[in-house]
Amino acid sequence: MANIEGIVSSINGPVVKGLNMGSFKVHEMVTVGKQKLIGEVVSIEGSIATVQVYEETEGLKAGEIIYSTGTPLSVTLGPGMIGNIFDGIQRPLERIQGMSKDFIPEGIGLISIDENKKWDVTVTVKAGDKLNAGDVYATVQETHRILHKVMVPYNVKGTVTEVKNSGEYTLNDIIVVLEKDNKETVDLTLCTKWPVRRQRPIKERLPIYKPLITGQRVIDSFYPIAKGGTIGLPGGFGTGKTVTQHQLAKWSDADIIVYIGCGERGNEMTDVLEEFPKLIDPRTNRPLMERTVLIANTSNMPVAAREASIYTGITMAEYYRDMGYDVAIMADSTSRWAEALREISGRLEEMPAEEGYPAYLPSRLAEFYERAGCVKTLNGQEASITIIGAVSPPGGDFSEPVTENTKRFVTGFLALDKKLAYARHYPAINYLTSYSGYVDMLSDWYDQNVSSNLLNLRHKMIVLLQEDEKLNEIVQLVGEDVLPNDQALVLETARMIKKGFLQQNALHSEDSYVTLEKQYKMLKCIDTFYEEALQCVKIGIPISVIRKEAVIQDILKIKYDIPNDKLELLDVLNENIIKAFNDLRQKYE
Amino acid sequence: MKKEYLKLEKIEGPLIILSGIEDASYGETINIKVDNEEVRTGKIIKIEGDKVIAQVFEGTAGISTDNASVKFTGKPLQIPLSKEILGRTFNGVGEPIDGVYQVISTERENINGRPINPVARRYPKNFIQTGFSAIDALMTLIRGQKLPIFSGNGMAHNELAAQIVKQAKIKGATSDNFAVVFGAMGVRHDDADYFRKSFETAGVLDHVVMYINTADDPIIERISAPRCALTAAEYLAFTLNMHVVVVLTDMTSYAEALREISSAREEVPSRKGYPGYLYSDLSTIYERAGMLKSREGSITLIPILTMPNDDITHPIPDLTGFITEGQVVLNRELNQKGVYPPIDILPSLSRLMKDGIGAEYTREDHADLQSQIYASYSKVQDIRSLSQIIGEDDLSDIDRLYLDFGRELEGKFIAQGKNENRSINETLDLGWHILSILPVTELDRMKTELIEKYYDYNRER
Repeated sequence: MANIEGIVSSINGPVVKGLNMGSFKVHEMVTVGKQKLIGEVVSIEGSIATVQVYEETEGLKAGEIIYSTGTPLSVTLGPGMIGNIFDGIQRPLERIQGMSKDFIPEGIGLISIDENKKWDVTVTVKAGDKLNAGDVYATVQETHRILHKVMVPYNVKGTVTEVKNSGEYTLNDIIVVLEKDNKETVDLTLCTKWPVRRQRPIKERLPIYKPLITGQRVIDSFYPIAKGGTIGLPGGFGTGKTVTQHQLAKWSDADIIVYIGCGERGNEMTDVLEEFPKLIDPRTNRPLMERTVLIANTSNMPVAAREASIYTGITMAEYYRDMGYDVAIMADSTSRWAEALREISGRLEEMPAEEGYPAYLPSRLAEFYERAGCVKTLNGQEASITIIGAVSPPGGDFSEPVTENTKRFVTGFLALDKKLAYARHYPAINYLTSYSGYVDMLSDWYDQNVSSNLLNLRHKMIVLLQEDEKLNEIVQLVGEDVLPNDQALVLETARMIKKGFLQQNALHSEDSYVTLEKQYKMLKCIDTFYEEALQCVKIGIPISVIRKEAVIQDILKIKYDIPNDKLELLDVLNENIIKAFNDLRQKYE
Repeated sequence: MKKEYLKLEKIEGPLIILSGIEDASYGETINIKVDNEEVRTGKIIKIEGDKVIAQVFEGTAGISTDNASVKFTGKPLQIPLSKEILGRTFNGVGEPIDGVYQVISTERENINGRPINPVARRYPKNFIQTGFSAIDALMTLIRGQKLPIFSGNGMAHNELAAQIVKQAKIKGATSDNFAVVFGAMGVRHDDADYFRKSFETAGVLDHVVMYINTADDPIIERISAPRCALTAAEYLAFTLNMHVVVVLTDMTSYAEALREISSAREEVPSRKGYPGYLYSDLSTIYERAGMLKSREGSITLIPILTMPNDDITHPIPDLTGFITEGQVVLNRELNQKGVYPPIDILPSLSRLMKDGIGAEYTREDHADLQSQIYASYSKVQDIRSLSQIIGEDDLSDIDRLYLDFGRELEGKFIAQGKNENRSINETLDLGWHILSILPVTELDRMKTELIEKYYDYNRER
């Protein structure tokens, strides 16, 4: 059916209208004009179809031909995705560079993962086996740490009639032939195609129960992210969104990271490309690139492909989830994606809703975030997708439509704060207005794996910080010196929590990633300080004397001085704190 | 032989609409002959069946529906490029306005350029010494970075930009491979003259290419002026391997021109009437800065914009900040106090500095010093607001030291002379000297060994 042809009649930026296209389908992929620009049908009215084009349309003429491909916008799923960098419609940027040097031209056609590379394939089925959709029939060691499982596509089941021996094969070699119940045969290769706008099927959803450990104190201990959860990460420019996303991509304990640079800076993607291969994962001692898939559609690349990039990313994530992996997606930034929707919607002359965004913005956001979750896959494994979506609210104003609507569909909200960023309090995650709906779901896990005391401490610290916020309003008016000693101690402790615990230096080798156990012990030291100092204050020791205790500096420098693997030093410090204040009290009694 | 069309259907603002057109391609340039003498250029911005909407660069004044003849060139707007462009001045569409002939070259480039493949980029790492303490120490400019100046009307952004160009020491750049590209959009004649004069006094005029669109030139050329400038910069940097500093001023006028054209096209507006594609459009300008792995040259971009009403949340600075790698923000209050350059360091930032400073590029204490000055200066702001309420006398001793620190930082560190060019070592030493006003216990972001090496224990407090 690839011979249906339409005719370009109008061109407005990336939006092209074609005549004679009544038999095209909505969301069908098409190629436009002599240069064979890639596009997608977005609406059809009578015989006129509207196409959004994923490449620059400069030079296109009315009267050129629009060719049908008969298939919806799809990605190719198979080995070769990990460690690679793609544009918004899964074209590998490295190959594009090989074809066209340093700049991205139009008309490169639809290319995808490498079809010529030979993979070492282990076939795991034999003739006569009965296979269902989702069953694994071959495996490929894609990188040192990722075993790629090749699965029977959705809606296919049958009996294996032919099977190749294990050995070296390329992406499109036939590995297994299945005979369906109706005697039709299906050839299975190493890859499959999937339309990006459709969710990949699962057996059932599972409740969320385990955290995504990120090594970031303010997240793990205060506002945890769950495996299978959804997190919104809003912040104005300069608040450290991208650094936070990079930290999560580096250190979180997911098996696979899909990083979508959606409408952001080119140099940021270059930074990831240069840095990740050098960074070593603390858990596996292998380069982080061996678990990372990158999608880069920078701000100056065609806007329609930016809209598609989010779907391309989540579809790849779902594919790895189906193999039984825990996948985390970082989308930086969903605001740019929403703006792409707005821009295309404007060119389609649709009726705008809030701030020019189309009325379907909330439903599109919901669709995206609902593709996260903890699931049982078709082949019966437990796996998850966690979505961490950065939001770039204009002017840092969280009441704008994208932030507002994101808040409705995410369970965790890590608000980046301009004021904290100006004071170089990084990560600038506001410790009072952020929230995580996962604390209760994860409490059992924390109790069993860290300490049943952790969440109590967390609660206590947040209360102290809230009290500190209130007291600060008074301090702003009358100065700190007039506060009674117990309140001054709250300020002192809150300062310690902020400086010694919440602030974390992404560039410091020891502080960049912190284990949960260390986080817990750090909190415990701060708590010991507070309780001991409170005893002192109660017997009338002035806060100015307490402030002179040397242990305070020790607590503040834990993050740099005590490595993740020498936590016994923290127990010593804890004892020292108790001793120091005991001594102090004795002096006064 | 190309067809000539003699009848326009409609003229509206800078746009003309023709019908019955065959074979027009999107984005191509058209030539419009008015009254059989003057030739203007235009660009096709929309095709609808046989109808074509084009914007006219020189404006539509004097055009009627039947006194113009239109020819289609079949090509997008291109400018000729060769080494000869150095030292020349052009208008917003790349035509010479310095009284000399047009550059002759077989090399012509589409002014819209094409996005750099992120894989081909080289991550910018090398530090540029601007001679300004505030910038060098706290928001270091990196070779290949895009770092805008957020200013307001009447503040000293032109002086700052000109002085940066004059003083900039780029690693790897010599007088042979250093060039400045200056793009002016909707600026006053005296601003354009100011830049020309200061390039002249700095003796770099024969390394400067200027694309000038003054406030009384057609607004439509404001859209093409920065693109011409960046096309020239790409040629110099990536074909001739030069280190190029591009100054674009004023991005606010550019965005306003974009809004004007958008509203003439009856597009759906988003914030404050600016078109929904303002972000994407700005990015096609800013993202052209950078370096390539395969070439030696670099494009460092310093756009200047005046924040309407000094409002940093206005769409123009806001969207700019999301694309550029940091920003240098000027502050009206410091400007009134006579501090030059009036850089407000707290909202200012360089995103690339983390990889371009330290022992390898500047000095080992740079990162910690930067972080400490920021933290302490942000505390100064809190204490200042407190002292406004309770008076300076009731402050604690340490708080008073903070006020001293703040005053000295503004008066001696941020402020400097219009010809003063400080080396990075001078800057960092000065930073330590001023930080030493505070007692050691307040320096909580500093490694102990750095304090021992640089802290001035003898400083009077």
